[in-house]
This record gives sequence, C-alpha cells and structure tokens, in this order.
Amino acid sequence: MIWLNVIIQGVLLGGFYALFACGLSLMFGVLKVINLAHGDMAVVAAYVAVFLTPHLHIPEVWSFLIVVPIFGLIGYVVQRTLIQKSIDRDPFTTLLVTFGLSVVIENLLLEVYTANGQTVNIGALITKSWHPASIIYISYVSLAVLAAAVLVLALLQLFLSYTGTGRLVRAVADDREAAQLSGANYRHIFGIAAAIAFATVAMAGIAFGMMTQFAPTSGGVNLLFAFEAVVIGGIGSLWGTLVGGIALGVAQQFGAHLNPQYQVLAGNLLFLVVLAIRPQGLFGKRTALL
Amino acid sequence: MSDALLDVRGLTVHHGQLCAIDDVSFSLVEGEVLTMIGANGAGKSTLLRTIAGLHQPTSGSIEFNGVDIVKMRPHRRVNLGISLVPEGRRLFSSMTLEENLQVGGYRARKGAFTIDRVYELFDWMPQRRKQHVWQLSGGEQQAVAIGRALVANPKVLLLDELSLGLAPIIVERIYALVPEVVATGVSVLIVEQDVAQGVTVADRVHCLLEGRTSLTGVPADLTSEQIDHAYFGADLAKMAPRSEVGE
Repeated sequence: MIWLNVIIQGVLLGGFYALFACGLSLMFGVLKVINLAHGDMAVVAAYVAVFLTPHLHIPEVWSFLIVVPIFGLIGYVVQRTLIQKSIDRDPFTTLLVTFGLSVVIENLLLEVYTANGQTVNIGALITKSWHPASIIYISYVSLAVLAAAVLVLALLQLFLSYTGTGRLVRAVADDREAAQLSGANYRHIFGIAAAIAFATVAMAGIAFGMMTQFAPTSGGVNLLFAFEAVVIGGIGSLWGTLVGGIALGVAQQFGAHLNPQYQVLAGNLLFLVVLAIRPQGLFGKRTALL
Repeated sequence: MSDALLDVRGLTVHHGQLCAIDDVSFSLVEGEVLTMIGANGAGKSTLLRTIAGLHQPTSGSIEFNGVDIVKMRPHRRVNLGISLVPEGRRLFSSMTLEENLQVGGYRARKGAFTIDRVYELFDWMPQRRKQHVWQLSGGEQQAVAIGRALVANPKVLLLDELSLGLAPIIVERIYALVPEVVATGVSVLIVEQDVAQGVTVADRVHCLLEGRTSLTGVPADLTSEQIDHAYFGADLAKMAPRSEVGE
C-alpha cells in the first residue's frame, strides 16, 4: 500500500513535469531552439497571477484564463523578434540569448518582488483531497494539474494531426526547407509553436504556484526537471514527454520515500540510466513530434 | 522577351568564395519544357534553388510574369506559382503519403490539381495513402514529391534530379508523366544528369559547365558530340571562345 502511494504521488508529480516540459519539447522539436528562459517564463506567469490579475478582480484560481492567452501572444512576439533574430545568426546564439533572457528575468523579479516566497492563493482548495484508502491522499490540485497536462497534450496532438496549420508545424519540424517549398512561412509557424510553448509554460507556472511556494529563482531547477522529462521520454515526442515526466516523478517519490534527501538524486539517476542505455529516450524515434 | 513566363538574366550565385553560377541567362515560355544538363557540380541544383528562393544571388535578375522576384521569400514564390521538387525528394518523414500532399495543398493556388487529381495521375496512391512515406520505395517517394508540388498548382514546375537513385525503368516511367503535366498548362524546368532522359522530354536544352552556359539549343539540332563537349568540357582549350557556343 505504501508503494502504491509512492507511485500515485509520483504520477501526480509527473503530470506537472509533463505540463512544464511539453513547451520545451515543442520549441526544441520545431524550432531546434533550447529555451533556457523556459523555467523563468513559468515563474513570471506565476507572479503575474499573484500580483497583477487581482487588480482585474479575478480570483487567483481563475487567473490562468487571462494569463495563458497573454503568454501565447508574448510567445509569438518574442519569437518573431528576439529569438528569430538569434536563429538567423546561428544556433548557438539562441543559447546565449535565452540564457541572457533568463538572467534578466530573474533579476528583474528580484528587484521588483524581492526574494520572498509567494504562492498562488486558491483558498481552501489547497487542503482538499480525495481519500480512497487508509494512507492514500490524492490532492485535488495535483489531480487537476495532471488532468490539465493530459488535456493539453491531447489537444496538441489533435491540433498537430488534424488541422492544416498543425500539419505545417510538423512539416517545418521535419524539414524546414521542404516546408518552405510547400508554401509555409516558417517564421510564422515558429511563432505559432512558440506561442503554444509559452501558453503551456504559463499554465505550468501557475500550477506550480498553486502547489508550492515560488521565488524569482525557482525557474532553474524546474527547467532541469523539464529537461530530464523530455530526454527520458524522447526528444520531440509529446506523449513521450508525459511518460518521461511520470517516470521522473515516480523515481523522485521513490527516492523521497527512502530518504527525503534522495528525491532529486533518484530522478537524476533515472535520467543518467536512460541516457546511458537508451540515449534517444523511451519514445525517441527518427520521426519528429507525435 | 516580354512573353517569357520566367526570365533569368545575368544570374551569378556564390557559395561563400565559390562561384557556383556565373552570369547565366535563359527564359522559359508558357507550356515549354527546358532541360538543364551538366555534370556534377556544374551548378544546376544551385540554379533551381535560387529560382525557388533558397539561395540569394550575388547579382542578376529573376523575373516571373514580368515581376522581379529576387527579394521574395520562398513561400511567397510558391503562392505566385513556382514550385520546386527538391533533389533527394525531401518528403516529410513523420507523415503519411496523404499528409504530405495535404501540406503541399494547404496554401495552394486555385487550379486543376487537387489531391484527387494526383491520385488519378498515380493510381497506386489511393490505397496506400495512409502509409508513412518511409514505407514507400524510392520511385514512389519521388512520385509523392511531384504530387506535393503539383497540388500547389504551379505555373512553373522545377524538377531537380528526378533520376537520382532510381532504377532506369522507374525513371522512364516518371519522365513519361511530364507531357501529361505540361498538357495542363504547366511549364517545366528540369535539371538532370541523365542526359538521355532529360533531352527526350525537352523542347530546349541548356547545358551548364562549371557554372557557365556551355550550350543551348533545340534537341533535334544538337549532335551528341556537341552535347558531350558542352557537358564534360573535354578539349576545352581547343574549343572556340565561349561566345561562339554560348549565347
């Protein structure tokens, strides 16, 4: 029963990692850009939810309804300006630029909101949980985040498989030049992919703020976990990211059960084992996306 | 050449320091098939890629319907009616046959070619449309690449090295389609190493040698010795100055 609980809590945590990582996976799969500011964007979204949406008289629980679309828009604009400019120079410039963006964001947040921990206030909901068996408590918030992750991935899958624009996104991921020869404006497609990535990471950031405390520097460690989820699942595979996130979550909970200090260690060990045995990841294949 | 659909004047293209195309001029009129022949590295593919917008020329002009398109992005040229079937086919490898055609047709101009029309042209396609393209043979993949370009309803179809890696019988079958495509009002610019194939379907032949025009003419007027000379550049020192054989 104890082990069942470890697995359940791991799956719940994995849902959050998947939500956090799917934007990273999409950015890498389509743009071939590793966005080192990905984690910081999530933190910014959480700060916006805590400090700005209350001005609009929107309860913090529902803040994602407004923050997520705004971040989608920001994603498109940042891609078409800053990131596209660095892609045009050379691939390594994107690493420098997104790293610089990360530093700027963290320090701006420190300057404006101090290093104090914050949480997205969702009232009594935070303590509510489902209690199906003696020692198993399933937090409603964690369950909602897992459900959101699955929903986002399912919607993304439908978008990429069955819409004309979604097919263009996959075409650009497969072969940018051939996609241009088929009439695709790849910069616009990049913008759409970045918009989706920023929107999902905003969701993940707000979810993070609901589940735990965050501070301006919280982005980095979450970016690391997101990386691990993507690599374990297989780069470019969306459902692989969910499986990778869950595998990472279960490994971390397993480690935490043995000794709370082992939580991160167990996740990193799983990451290294997968990297050594199956470097392409569990669902990695030669085809991009899906 | 006001009636030319595609008019290329004094085109020079560099790959870094290397001059891949040196002052090449030609034009293509509506409903015409022009074949560019030339050995490996003669600059044929570079020429097609420059017309499609994937390379920027150092100098020269490319006019389509009288409009200079040199500064235009590749996807805008597709909208205008210029489609390239790239060397090596370059299909979208994660997609099915049908999805490849759907991508080609997504931003398509209006015209005779729909996915159904392509399925009529290649009657084996309908029952295999759900297959991933890597399950298809090389010849079948080449057919999909042509179909993907056709559904955009081009006015000028650029075909780069169709014969690459294919058995002669398959190459013959693919080239047999060219007249059918031309009959729908499409002009075709072919780049080919396989001289015999390329010349058979051509109205006019243009030979490139190390980036320069070495021969132009109508196939019936050209002897195989002339083509060999222009193709390989043999006896180049003994040949008359280029102006005599070129334009």
